[in-house]
Amino acid sequence: MNRDNSYAGVMARKNQIMKHAVGMDYAEFEKDGIVFDYEEMMRKTGYSLDQVRAIERNGNVGETPIYALKNLTKLARIIGGKGKGARIFLKDEAANPSGSFKARRAAVSVYHAKKLGYKGVIAATSGNYGAAVASQAAMQGLKCIIIQECYDSEEKGQPEIIEKARKCEAYGAEVIQLTVGPELFYTFLKTLEDTGYFNASLYTPFGIAGVETLGYEIATWFREHESRDPDMVIVTNAGGGNLTGTARGLLKAGAKDTTIVGASVDLKGLHMASDGQFNRKSFTTGHTGFGVPFATNPDRSDVPRSAARPLRYMDRYVTVSQGEVFYMTEALAMVEGLERGPAGNTAITAAFCLASQMDDDQMIVVQETEYTGAGKHVAAQLTFAKENGIRVERGNPIDQIPGKNIILPEHPSLIQVKELEMDRLRKSYLKHVWKETFTDEEIKYIAAETKMTIETVHNMIHALQQEGGV
Amino acid sequence: MARKGDWIRISNTVLEPHQRAEHLPEDTKKCPLTMWVKGFLLDEEAKINDTVTIRTYIGRELQGTLVAINPSYQHTYGAYVPELSYIGHQLRDILGGDHHE
Repeated sequence: MNRDNSYAGVMARKNQIMKHAVGMDYAEFEKDGIVFDYEEMMRKTGYSLDQVRAIERNGNVGETPIYALKNLTKLARIIGGKGKGARIFLKDEAANPSGSFKARRAAVSVYHAKKLGYKGVIAATSGNYGAAVASQAAMQGLKCIIIQECYDSEEKGQPEIIEKARKCEAYGAEVIQLTVGPELFYTFLKTLEDTGYFNASLYTPFGIAGVETLGYEIATWFREHESRDPDMVIVTNAGGGNLTGTARGLLKAGAKDTTIVGASVDLKGLHMASDGQFNRKSFTTGHTGFGVPFATNPDRSDVPRSAARPLRYMDRYVTVSQGEVFYMTEALAMVEGLERGPAGNTAITAAFCLASQMDDDQMIVVQETEYTGAGKHVAAQLTFAKENGIRVERGNPIDQIPGKNIILPEHPSLIQVKELEMDRLRKSYLKHVWKETFTDEEIKYIAAETKMTIETVHNMIHALQQEGGV
Repeated sequence: MARKGDWIRISNTVLEPHQRAEHLPEDTKKCPLTMWVKGFLLDEEAKINDTVTIRTYIGRELQGTLVAINPSYQHTYGAYVPELSYIGHQLRDILGGDHHE
């Protein structure tokens, strides 16, 4: 068969390749205009919470421990002053088979692929998800290919990503490593077409349903041990699936009053597709380079409609700097006896700051940790940063410039989150779906997509029209 | 020299600079999109820079330029980072001697 394998040729077959590779037809959920029936998609194509729990139990995933971080709580109370300092809790997702919460998403995706009769699974990811899919594929007897963006044009690789490649290969996966560029998607499509394998995307309903158990486990644990729901759950945010799934699980358990906060590492100013800037960042995930664009335009993912829609659930979105996360990673090891990977500690860094501002009878939960090791360790990352010309210094993190320096806070009281304005993110979402006029159904849809009331949506549309800036 | 069945690493140009997507940053646009993958050598024997065929661990046959024989992982925990050394002591001082109770 003579297929056009040029970039344009493969991209033109995107929809048909995807349809075959995900085993579902998204058209069914498309309604008039911009509307698509998200809940119907989750209901019809996903699994019930009980089914997901059974699938995960069978894959040795989930039911991870929750720890009270007594020393970091004490520190937050010293810094917060009288009456301040919420208790900080940590869900140790590093205890999953592949070392991160991503095992939850992978367990369901791989189970689903097997049920549909696919011989193998493919995932495009440089992160923990690759290891998770490879691990579950090994367990469930499917073949696995992981496609990574890994090197700059001089074949200099992010140590963290190289470690993930090692882990995937340890589980018997084929790992395709690429230089920087969004055409990873081209290689991904071509490989899906060549193999006929399942697209174990992070953004299918199965992947998101897999994270719902995380939120559910948090809610049930707190009811059992603390007799009430936590006041705040904080989630490291990149593509939005972690936040979406966790929030949905909390809601399914009835924890309606828990505030959901997203946290990302601030990498403002660095272009994610730039060859020269690729190795000037120390965080390959959990950063604003994914977090903001995926929140404001979720359907930019590798499936026609993403099941990760964080703006539907997010109450606040905060950022922290690379140096602050490295400080907190060291703190977690030095005073809590927990050595965990840096990227997963983004949320705990923000939680520490937020805890010091909350009342001391409140509870905040960091819902994730990840494994650490060669390549994905503070020392490995900082050594790599120095090799790439980044200054590492002590000072006030407020002076950080991503890609230029990493500032380790002189004192823990200097760890301060930056608040991203939710209304700005919502406005940006609105610009992505902008039309001349919106029907009532579309307004209702936008309200659900952005956690706004119908009235606020109308007001925002009006304000944008006044600005004439769309 | 690699012999049939040896574990090797190959490399390939996926897209030449002129074949790449539009709207790339200038620095990226200048470079080819390159890929690397590992597998068992299917040719009788080959040396570095030869064009070879491999069978990957999951059994796919791929072609490319041989770049490494018995490739190993070289990533580490990095060098000692003196900038980090104050953190543990600082926190233990703030928490006081009984912080571990």
